[in-house]
Amino acid sequence: MHRFANPGQFLRLSGAVLPWLTGAALVLTALGLGWGLFLAPADWQQGDAVRIMYVHVPAAWLASSGYVALAACSVLSLVWRHPLADLAAAEIGPVGAGFTALCLATGSLWGKPMWGAWWVWDARLTSVLVLFFLYLGHIALVRAFDDPTRGYRAGAILALIGVVNLPIIKFSVDWWNTLHQPASISLTGAPTMYIGMLWPLLLAAFGYTLAFAAIVLARTRAAVMERRIRILLMARASSDAARETAS
Amino acid sequence: MTHLPFIASAYALGILMPVAFALDAMRRVGTARRRLATIDPREQSRRNQDSK
Repeated sequence: MHRFANPGQFLRLSGAVLPWLTGAALVLTALGLGWGLFLAPADWQQGDAVRIMYVHVPAAWLASSGYVALAACSVLSLVWRHPLADLAAAEIGPVGAGFTALCLATGSLWGKPMWGAWWVWDARLTSVLVLFFLYLGHIALVRAFDDPTRGYRAGAILALIGVVNLPIIKFSVDWWNTLHQPASISLTGAPTMYIGMLWPLLLAAFGYTLAFAAIVLARTRAAVMERRIRILLMARASSDAARETAS
Repeated sequence: MTHLPFIASAYALGILMPVAFALDAMRRVGTARRRLATIDPREQSRRNQDSK
C-alpha cells in the first residue's frame, strides 16, 4: 500500500485512472437519473415526488460513506503519519460536506410536499445535520494552524471522534419514532422496494459514488502538486537567502 | 408530473453540485500543473517527453 501511496506513483496511477472513472461516473449517473426521472413509476402514495429519491438517497449514502473514507484516512495519518492520507482527508472534507448539504437540501425539498414542512427536528435529520457540522469542523480545523501538520492531526482526531455519529444516523430510524421512513434496502435482507425503482436508484448511487471518487482523486492530485510547488519555492527561497548571506 | 418545482430543484442541485466540484478540481489541477512546469525542471522534461 505504501508503494501506491508514494506521491509520484499516486500522480501516475491517478492520472491513468481518472479519465475512466469520470467517464463511468457520467454515464452511470446520467442513466440512473434519467431512468428515475422519466421511466421509473410514480409512487402510489407520494406521486412523482418520489423521484427526488434518486438524488437524495445516493447523496445520503455518500455523506456517510465519505465520512468513513475520511476516518480511514485519519487512521492512516495518525498511525503511519502518511502525508498522502493527510492530503486525501483534507480533500474529502469539502466534498463530503457538499454531498451532505445536497442530502439535507433534497430531503427538505422532498419533506415539504410530503410532510408539509421543510425541516423537522427528527432524529435522522438532526443526526445528518450533526454530520454536516462535523465535516465543517474538520475543514475549519485542518486550515486553522500555521503548521499544516498540526492541522491534519487535529482534523484526524475530530474525524475519529465523529465516527460515533455514523451508527446513530444508521439506526436513528429504528431507535426513535421518526417521521423519516426506515431503510428500504439492507445488506442482509431483500429490498422492500419495487424492482423498477430499485435499478435506477442503484445506478444513480453507483454513478454518484464514482463521481465522488473521481472528484476526491482529482482534488488530491491538485493538492499533491500544490504541496510540491510549496516545497520547491521554499527550497529556492532558502538557497537564495543562503547565497545572499555568503556574498 | 406532480410536485414539479420540488423535483426540478432537487435534480438541478444534484447535477450542479458535483459539476461545480469537478470544474473546481480541474481548474486546480490545471493551475498546479502549469505552475509546476515553470518551476520544476523534472516536470518540464517530463512534459517534453510526453509531447514527443
